[in-house]
Amino acid sequence: MPSEELIADHVLEFPGGYTRTTGPVIGRFLTELRDGRIVGVRTAGGRTLVPPLEYDPDTGEAVTGEFAEVGPAGTVESWAWVSEPRKGHPLERPFAWALIRLDGADTALVHAVDAGDARAMRPGLRVRPRWRAERTGHITDIESFVPEVTRIVSPVRAEYRVKPGKSLARFLEGVERGIFLGCRCGSCGKVYVPYRLSCPECGVAITEEVELPDTGTITTFAINNLPDPRAPQVPFVSAYILLDGSDIPMIALVGDIPAHEVRQGMRVRAVWVPEEERTASMSNIRWFAPTGEPDAEL
Amino acid sequence: MGNRCAVIGVGQTHYTTKRRDVSIAGLVREAAVRALEDAGLTWKDIDAVVIGKAPDLFEGVMMPEAYLADALGAAGKPMMRVHTAGSVGGSTALVGASLIQGGVHDRVLVVAFEKQSESNATWALSTHLPFSASLVVGAGGYFAPHIREYMRRSGAPDHIGTLVAVKDRLNALKNPYAHLRIPQISREMVESTPMLWEPIRYLETCPSSDGACAMVLSSEKAVTGTPAWVLGTAMRSEPIFRAGRDTVNPQGGKDCAADVYRQAGIADPRRDIDVAEVYVPFSWYEPMWLENLGFAAEGEGWKLTESGATALDGDIPWNASGGVLSSNPIGASGLIRFAEAALQVRGMAGEHQVDGARRALGHAYGGGAQFFAMWMVGSDKP
Ligand SMILES: [Zn+2]
Repeated sequence: MPSEELIADHVLEFPGGYTRTTGPVIGRFLTELRDGRIVGVRTAGGRTLVPPLEYDPDTGEAVTGEFAEVGPAGTVESWAWVSEPRKGHPLERPFAWALIRLDGADTALVHAVDAGDARAMRPGLRVRPRWRAERTGHITDIESFVPEVTRIVSPVRAEYRVKPGKSLARFLEGVERGIFLGCRCGSCGKVYVPYRLSCPECGVAITEEVELPDTGTITTFAINNLPDPRAPQVPFVSAYILLDGSDIPMIALVGDIPAHEVRQGMRVRAVWVPEEERTASMSNIRWFAPTGEPDAEL
Repeated sequence: MGNRCAVIGVGQTHYTTKRRDVSIAGLVREAAVRALEDAGLTWKDIDAVVIGKAPDLFEGVMMPEAYLADALGAAGKPMMRVHTAGSVGGSTALVGASLIQGGVHDRVLVVAFEKQSESNATWALSTHLPFSASLVVGAGGYFAPHIREYMRRSGAPDHIGTLVAVKDRLNALKNPYAHLRIPQISREMVESTPMLWEPIRYLETCPSSDGACAMVLSSEKAVTGTPAWVLGTAMRSEPIFRAGRDTVNPQGGKDCAADVYRQAGIADPRRDIDVAEVYVPFSWYEPMWLENLGFAAEGEGWKLTESGATALDGDIPWNASGGVLSSNPIGASGLIRFAEAALQVRGMAGEHQVDGARRALGHAYGGGAQFFAMWMVGSDKP
């Protein structure tokens, strides 16, 4: 039997942590951070370095002793999205590491941007620091940067109590009994379904009620492939169905046939839900299904 | 027709999916300022403001005209809102023109907009009231059966809709304001996109855009710069539910066209009109409206499309700007048609200018193809 491999954990950590003497330039930057301000340092050439450096990387000269407040807002120049933050990262949720050029600065600062979603990140995104309440003079005094407010959500909700009205109520009474009620205009003789009280062509009141059969002809239709939570499952066929004896088509669902076999001119009949399930609603009609008769001339 | 009226300024925003950098007020302001600049005028030169947009459910702002009065410099001036569904942009221009033609005002600012990215048009168009079945989903769901019926009646081959989808997107490449810019657009590309509401494919439909368009309309004595003269104006409507209503070739559209042609002295639209900006939100509506507007006999519209007559280099270019198929801030879409017609006869359409255009048709329709608005504009004073 082979001997077990020898493994042991070992931690190397200077007790209490190393110190870092900041020097006057970095020290000023961190002191200002603790006060909730961000400053950069000017170079002899007039550039403002943020975060500050002690020596100008362009010339090797010492920077000037002049500090300038920058930001607090800035612009994202580039970023990398962190979809699975690790221990030690500034945020526990997905975030971006970004190069942020603060307003008034000539260089970019690396920091986290709490944007919620990678799609919210783009070059030019305007961001602002989110400060910690308790600050110690550390770069993490800025918890992260967050995008500026560019959009709010404005919930609008209107609640109604809807009554069907006299004519629709009458039509639904018929539907509850399993029949389609229409009406005939006394002036032009056209038969309308659903039942209505006036003629849209003549403008006169309609008084003659007509009972229509539940058979008809598909005049035209669409095959709907776009899912919508309020509509039937796709693909569904919404068809204009001219009930026998009526002069205006109704829009209804076509079923019991694959969508691509539906034809203009196809003869159909309403498929009703069982009598015990019926209410005063169009949901009494499951759909219209082919009768098997020869197609009608359109 | 009343007093003479001219378009003396046109302003548009760049149409795009999401204008996240401006509020609705900022959006309409941008178009209005550009129209004023084009006319060489300032806010104080405007007598009245007419604004149009789709129904309030689109952005959920009740009576946006009230909130937008400041942005449009309307304080102390008459301001009104026009409502005619998708044709509203056209109707807005015509209400503005009527204030000039009637001698009420000398300079009217007309503005229309939509900021579709603030909600969802399909949701706004399908409110699904209780007691009825929830079947029609959005404009595509509504218009698809009528397109199918056109195809059956006319015997048009399936690829006609594809041709329009390609042609209008090619035109859009010449229009810096257009939303959809697809340099590699081709029949194969359109045909490879899915059927959303069969027979309508994805690339045969209009996009959903944010944008605004504005025009400064003027009386004859107040004209500045280069005018496009209004030669005729007409609106018609018809009830959506009426027995015997022809939803493929609506009577309201025919009557509206006949009226505007009579005023403008157009005997043969294909011969007498140089360019048309027509509301074509689904590609098949080009052949359908070619017939409805008298550019082709009934059942023959698709042949005109197929022959290339409606292309930018054809004898009767339709939608040189790229049309609604390329940019669709719904409430503004009609006004854009009217404004593009004006730009053409002013010779200011840029890369999509139709050479020597002297007479142009602007057209809009809305609702269930039940509202129509049209105007004829020309380079010569009527
Ligand atoms: Zn009648």
